[in-house]
Amino acid sequence: MAERRWQWFHRLASPPGFYRVSGRWLPWLAGTSLALLAVGVVWGLLYAPPDARQGNSYRIIFLHVPASFLALAGYYVMAAAGAIHLIWRVKLADVVMSAAAPLGAALTFLALFSGSLWGKPTWGTYWVWDARITSMLVLLFLYLGVVTLRQAYASRETAGRACAVLALVGTVNIPIIYKSVDWWYSLHQPATIRLTAAPSMHPDMFQPLVVMILAFYLFYAWVLVLNVRAEILVRERRAGWVRDLAGEGESE
Amino acid sequence: MNLQFHSLAELFAMGGHGVYVWAVYGVAALVMGALVVRPLRRHARALAAVRSARQRGR
Repeated sequence: MAERRWQWFHRLASPPGFYRVSGRWLPWLAGTSLALLAVGVVWGLLYAPPDARQGNSYRIIFLHVPASFLALAGYYVMAAAGAIHLIWRVKLADVVMSAAAPLGAALTFLALFSGSLWGKPTWGTYWVWDARITSMLVLLFLYLGVVTLRQAYASRETAGRACAVLALVGTVNIPIIYKSVDWWYSLHQPATIRLTAAPSMHPDMFQPLVVMILAFYLFYAWVLVLNVRAEILVRERRAGWVRDLAGEGESE
Repeated sequence: MNLQFHSLAELFAMGGHGVYVWAVYGVAALVMGALVVRPLRRHARALAAVRSARQRGR
């Protein structure tokens, strides 16, 4: 009984198994994320009311907050995958970690870039070395560090373990990012959304933001799966199942 | 729920904040587009490489 319960897990955790199953997720992830992105962007840019104090510059929030959420959530994905790879030597976990690093770097860049352009009309400056912004910059360097470290080793096994260790050490930064606006004096406003309290935003602004956050989660999942599938094909290019797969698309 | 802008010019200007808002949305569109296209192309290249290896092997 216990064995049967774990069968699906082993199938999903094996690269060819994951490749096959995830192919069925792709149209759903692509469709829902693109649809929600379209709804959220139109809602946020055209229909949400302007902010009483900030005017229209606040519309950047509909990209800034979701990008920042996923920049952080993506770090958990990368660090957890690294831990799983270190402890149980699950091959797929290493693939996930290698896929999550550049994706997280791109989202962290978007969070910093959108915050910077939001800062100019709001605070009068593109950049301040305050705790929230600096710790997000450290997050970007951690992601880029994992990307670079992987390329620095000839052996995939060593690279995977080194990246996992770096990713795990870097998790120290995550609570610092979360708490930075509370611990230190900061230009950055405190969290708009808390699990423990009602949102401090008007529903007309909060609803499109929720749509965009959902859209970004789905987009993240979609792009992560795309990267994992590509990486699996590259790593398993000599395996029989990949050769069969390549043969299917061939006209004889 | 009402449209907040009554002309394209108003929408682009966004009361003076248009430059910042549109730059952010434009760059986000580019970055997110690249995030999708990159793995798709890598996937296609990997399959093509396996295919040509098969043909050479024959």
